[in-house]
Amino acid sequence: MDRLAKRLLNDFQRDFPLVSRPYEAIAKRLGTSEDAVLSMFAALRDGGTISRIGPVFRPNRVGVSTLAALSVSPERLEEVAACVSAHAAVNHNYEREHALNLWFVATAPNSERLSEVLRELAHETGCEILALPLLEEFHIDLGFGLWR
Amino acid sequence: MALTKRERHLIAAIQEGLPLVSEPYRAIAESLGETEDWVIAKLARLLKSGAIKRWGVVVRHHELGFQSNAMVVWDVPDERVSEIGQAIAKAKVVSLCYRRPRIPPRWPYNLFCMIHGQDRETVLEQIDRLRSLHGLQDLPYAVLFSRRRFKQRGARYVEEA
Repeated sequence: MDRLAKRLLNDFQRDFPLVSRPYEAIAKRLGTSEDAVLSMFAALRDGGTISRIGPVFRPNRVGVSTLAALSVSPERLEEVAACVSAHAAVNHNYEREHALNLWFVATAPNSERLSEVLRELAHETGCEILALPLLEEFHIDLGFGLWR
Repeated sequence: MALTKRERHLIAAIQEGLPLVSEPYRAIAESLGETEDWVIAKLARLLKSGAIKRWGVVVRHHELGFQSNAMVVWDVPDERVSEIGQAIAKAKVVSLCYRRPRIPPRWPYNLFCMIHGQDRETVLEQIDRLRSLHGLQDLPYAVLFSRRRFKQRGARYVEEA
């Protein structure tokens, strides 16, 4: 992978510059041009390596979220997964190796709306949904070290 | 946390990410009828207060070659879960670590962590190392590797713009 790409992916997962021209500030630190930084970020975003440049919110400080799991028969998995993914409140949705084989995260502006979302999903999928909300957070998210 | 209407609008505008233009904060400010200074100062305050825990590039592990993603769960006695959770969270390989409720009998585990690795064997070795390093050998646990990713994107905290 290109050296500039690696630096952009690894070094700016936190403390992204809060200045008028952040991409120019990054370019100065890396000894390149603002245009080169902008076009590399665009390429990384279009290639799917970057999900976004933006905020990671602390769970349940702004809005309310929960992890949830359901058990789906193999022949219904695609259909149920598509139904869950189609919901705007769902931001992650994975098949995992367990009897509870579909795991998703739902986020809503408040807990009433979150319960409503889970009820809607249970109704639409016809599956029982186990909600596993966060009770205690142990990890301080410093981003993901890629090349250390 | 109670948000003002202006703050809700700001979060709605940034939750999908910063635009790739020379002055992205100004672009966001203009879309909201705010000033660039207000946007930057408000984001700095949300960071300082801890509502935003980090502000920057959010990568997608799978596309970077970290294709094995395991959710490792343990059933830890309640009186030990905070201590063990804090210890495990410090391990470099652990990217998230939470306590969540058990829902017996279908779900007996209360400690969750995420491990991303380049392949399954490496992740399993890392889990073995965590178990022996933290004396977890006697605790019931399960490793839930991901099979398919159906959806992955940033959370939407605000529904209305």
